Parts: sequence; C-alpha cells; structure tokens
Amino acid sequence: MRITEHPILDFQRGEEVTFFFDGQELKGFEGETIAAALHAAGVRVLGHSQTMHRPRGLFCAIGNCSSCLMVVDGEPNIRICVEKLKPGMRVETQEGKGCLR
Amino acid sequence: MPKVKEIEVLIIGGGPAGLSAAAAAAELGASVLVFERDDKTGGQLVKQTHKFFGSKKQYAGDRGYQIGNLLIDQCMSNPKVEVWTDTTALGIYEDGVVTAEGQGKHLKIKPERIIVATGASEKMIAFPNNDLPGIYGAGAVQTLMNVHGIVPGQRVLMIGAGNIGLIVSYQMMQAGVEVVAIIEAAPTIGGYLVHASKIRRAGVPILTSHTITEAYGQDSVEGAIICQLDEKWQPIPGSEQDLKVDVICLAVGLSPLTELCFQADCEMKFVPELSGHVPLRNKYLETTRPGLYVAGDVSGVEEASSAMVEGRLAGVCAAFSLGYGNDVAPKLQADALAELSELRAGPAGQKTVNGIKKLMDKGGAAC
Amino acid sequence: MLNKTGVPTAEDVLTVTPSEERLKKGPVAIIECFQEIPCNPCTEACKQGAIQPMEDINNLPQLDYDQCNGCGVCLSRCPGLAIFIVDASYSETEAIVRIPFEYVPVPRVGESVVGLNRAGEELGTFVVNKVQSGGQKNKTYTIWLVVPKALAMDVRSIRLGGLRHAN
Repeated sequence: MRITEHPILDFQRGEEVTFFFDGQELKGFEGETIAAALHAAGVRVLGHSQTMHRPRGLFCAIGNCSSCLMVVDGEPNIRICVEKLKPGMRVETQEGKGCLR
Repeated sequence: MPKVKEIEVLIIGGGPAGLSAAAAAAELGASVLVFERDDKTGGQLVKQTHKFFGSKKQYAGDRGYQIGNLLIDQCMSNPKVEVWTDTTALGIYEDGVVTAEGQGKHLKIKPERIIVATGASEKMIAFPNNDLPGIYGAGAVQTLMNVHGIVPGQRVLMIGAGNIGLIVSYQMMQAGVEVVAIIEAAPTIGGYLVHASKIRRAGVPILTSHTITEAYGQDSVEGAIICQLDEKWQPIPGSEQDLKVDVICLAVGLSPLTELCFQADCEMKFVPELSGHVPLRNKYLETTRPGLYVAGDVSGVEEASSAMVEGRLAGVCAAFSLGYGNDVAPKLQADALAELSELRAGPAGQKTVNGIKKLMDKGGAAC
Repeated sequence: MLNKTGVPTAEDVLTVTPSEERLKKGPVAIIECFQEIPCNPCTEACKQGAIQPMEDINNLPQLDYDQCNGCGVCLSRCPGLAIFIVDASYSETEAIVRIPFEYVPVPRVGESVVGLNRAGEELGTFVVNKVQSGGQKNKTYTIWLVVPKALAMDVRSIRLGGLRHAN
C-alpha cells in the first residue's frame, strides 16, 4: 500500500511503468526498487529457500541480507531491494539458488 | 589493468559520519573521494522524520532528512569533494590500494588517507519462524515507508524499545499503520523516554520484560505469540498473548560494520558497550593502521549526532596529517572533541564513555 | 514507572507543574522532560528568558514560571514533543491545552476530538479551538483543545484518525 498523505514527507514518484511478476502484469514507478513496487502490490513472498523450501521475504531493504533474491529478466540472485524497476521487467519468484540460463 | 586513481582522502560510506568527514577534510583543502554503496548519499539520516536532539552545532531541532540534505548539499557544493554512488568498497590492501565495485566495474584507488564510515547493520534474534515474510528489520520498514512511501502492512508488532524501535514505531503511526504493541525484553525502556511517552500517549502500549516466543503464518506473518519475562529473563507460564499482526518489526540493536577494518588488519576489540567488535583507535579516531581513521557507528554504535561530530573530527585529522589547515586544524579538533564530550556527558552517554574507555585500555583481549 | 511504560507518574508530573496561582494567571509551558539527554533547543527557543540556559547540555530544562508567557515557541521546537502549554485562565470552567501534533489528518477548528491522557486512555470529547501550523520547515502542528479545568494537567494527546492509504 502506498502512503498518500504524510505529516512530514512528500513523495516524488517517477513515471508509472508496467512490469511482470511471475507473468502477471503489475504497475510500479520508475526510480523505485523492484521490492518497493512488489510490496505496493501486496507481494510479500519473493522466493523459497533451497533446502526447506520456506518462503522468503524482504528483510533489510538495503542490500545486506540477501533474503530478497529473485530472478529478474532471466538472471537469478538479484537483490531486488536495491535493483531499480524498469519498464517491462520480468520478475520471477526464485526457487533455491536459482540457475543461470 | 585498470588505471589506479590517486586521491588524498578516501571516505568509505556516505552517511552522516562520511559526509561530515568529507566536508571537513575538503574545507581544509584536501581532495576527497566518497564511496557510497547506495544510489544516493545521506545514509539512514535521509530516512529520519523526527527532529534531532543535541545542540545547534549538531543541527538539533532539524529533522533527520533535513540534516541529511544539508550535509549532501555541503559536499556537493565543494569542488574538492567527489562522490561515487553505487560503489561498494571491496578491500583495503597492504600496498594501500583500495578496491571497489562500481557500476559493474572493478575499481582501484590509491588514497593517502582512508576514513572508514561504513555504519552498522541490524541484529537479528532467534525465535520459531523468524524467517517468515512480513518480519523486517526496522531499517527496512524505514526505507519502505520514508524513501518509497509504502507501508509494510496494517498491524505491527515492534520488538525492541531502544531509540530505533521507538522512532520507527512513531514513523509507522505517522504513516497510518497501527502499532499493536512495542515489546522489550529488558525491564526498562532503552530509548529516550520522550520518544516513549509520545507513542504511549497516542495509545500504543510499551511492554517491558516481554519477548516474542514465536511467529506464525502460512506464507507470511499472520500473528505472534509474546510472553512476559521474570527477573531472570525466563518466560512466565500463562503470560502468553496471541497478537494478530501482519508485520513483525525487529529493532534489537545494531552491530558495527567492521569487515573492512578487520580485513585491513586494524587491531580489533570486542566491546559490548560499543555493540560489538570495533577497531582500536586513538582519540583522533586513527586506528592501529596508520592513516586509516574510523567515524560513526563503525567505531561504536551511537547516535547520528555524535556520528556527525566524529566524521568532522576524522576529516579534520586526515587533512591536517596531510599538511592542510595548520592554522585552524588544532582548534577544530579541540572543538569536535569538546562537542563529543558534551554529547556523552549525561547518563545517556555513559555507555559509550565506558565503552571507549575499555577500548582504549591497554591490554585485554584484542584480536 | 516512566522507564517501564513510557507514562510519567503523578510525582514526575508534579515536578513540572506550576503553582495553582500561576496556572490561574494564564498560559504557561509544562515541560514534561524527565530524563537527562543531550538536548537544548528549548533553551534557545525561549525569547522570554524563562527557560534557563543549560550549563551541561544533558541537564533537564529549568523553567521560570513567572518569566514564561506561554507563547508556545518551545512547544514547536522541542524535538521530544514533550512541551505543552496550559492556559487555566480561559474561562470559569475550562482551560486550553496546547499539544504538539505530527500525524494526519490534522484536526480542524471546531471539530470534536477524543482527548487522551499520558497513558493513551480516553478522557472525553473536546473541541479544537485553534490549529497552528509549524510552517514549511518545522512541520509540527499545535492543536489547541478546550478541556474542563480539572483535566488541564491530564489531556496530552488526541485519538488518531484511521487508515489513510490508497490501493
């Protein structure tokens, strides 16, 4: 959910763009991270762990923890909390370690 | 072989300490390069919506993001300061070369002085299902809300009543998110009581001597079980409460981000009061590796106000050691040291004062 | 206890409560700052010389109630949002309590709001009779509430509005 009114901050958002999450078309704003756009759309499960297949979500949001690795445009292990959203991006849930195609 | 870039002062980290260091060193005439891992400088300052404490010298009364913008402007308007964003330092080597990754390139820099101002990272605590989506570090919630303008969820359990737990709870309330409770395992609130009081009077309970025993949920957080602790920090049977929340936010402390100091072979010491392993350093913030200074949370977790003053001190010292500002540097050093003492003089600063004392003590288990 | 719950005790509050006579005379600042932290913007905000300069920045603020005219500048400057203005001279039966406010929506003049005490408990419904903006940079609003005189030293907050998000 996006904040529409805030007592202290004004949010400058870029152009609205379309991207794809597991094939589903979603909207986000240029300049924000993929994680931000997915969160705004209510997506919290970003992948599953290698051995126990446990759901993985966003944890640190600044590129430290690697909890948010996803497959972006075919490339696995992208830290979507620091990777910027671009129009037409294909973002996919990552299973385990992911594999290079 | 990529060309090695030479620079007088390299600052690793563009947060409050790093930017203050950059401005201070450049002001004295040194040429400065700042590495910032993020795409913008300002560090966590730009995510702070509350007014800062301290005195005028540390911009007290201004809000964190306003101070952040001020420091950024100060650096940007000084032609002696160059800032490389999206640049992560990788290593500091024996021959003095610093390597970094920036925009997919491997970079080599040969600085005359280095100031490590890498800050801190968030700690984690153990409880069943602590890996569920919907459990965030407090910093992540700040980033989502105050940088991107996105709320983490609807109903939140905050774990930790230190300053970060209190401040981020308040920020969530400002963003219209319901904070169900703030729990703290310690018997007393660790953060400033004025922060606690303003949250409490808006109706959010702060439960000291309480901890989380488990999180639950199918694919993401649906709730948490909390319980009360006795004087020996043991769970009191029957005190369990089931809170329906979709977010659990962890504000359980920070650890200095000292990997680079370890790797650069600075002598390190574990000092609990400073929140972990920190490099030994003299009062001018120079570590046991000559020419390598530290400033801010990497030298011991504290407040942004003191991080800015430490940054200024390290910047002045680095430039002074290169022969800049001979006339004014000693006074600037003395001023910064006096400000640090002033900030740490009260009960709130005792922990840091004791930590630094332990750190500077000869002997003990250094590693 | 304050450091266990965030709620100042009655004894804490007494230490910053002016005399009955002073309260009757008109607006006065109530500085609910009970912990020594490094902070002094209130001393610089006060143009009346009522908040004494601090020798040590960690000192608690010292307010001279007789010098204080209740102007409220300190209220909007206090980083801890710990200063309130109480005017017990407002009417026979009512007082004005001014509280700092940094949430949305900001209440409007004439609106009735639920007043809360220091523990966040409801004390009743009160009318907002003035709303001061803190300005572009400061951003802290001051909300003026009309409360029964007996509650002037108790009302310290108002119930926040509901959720305010799109999509």
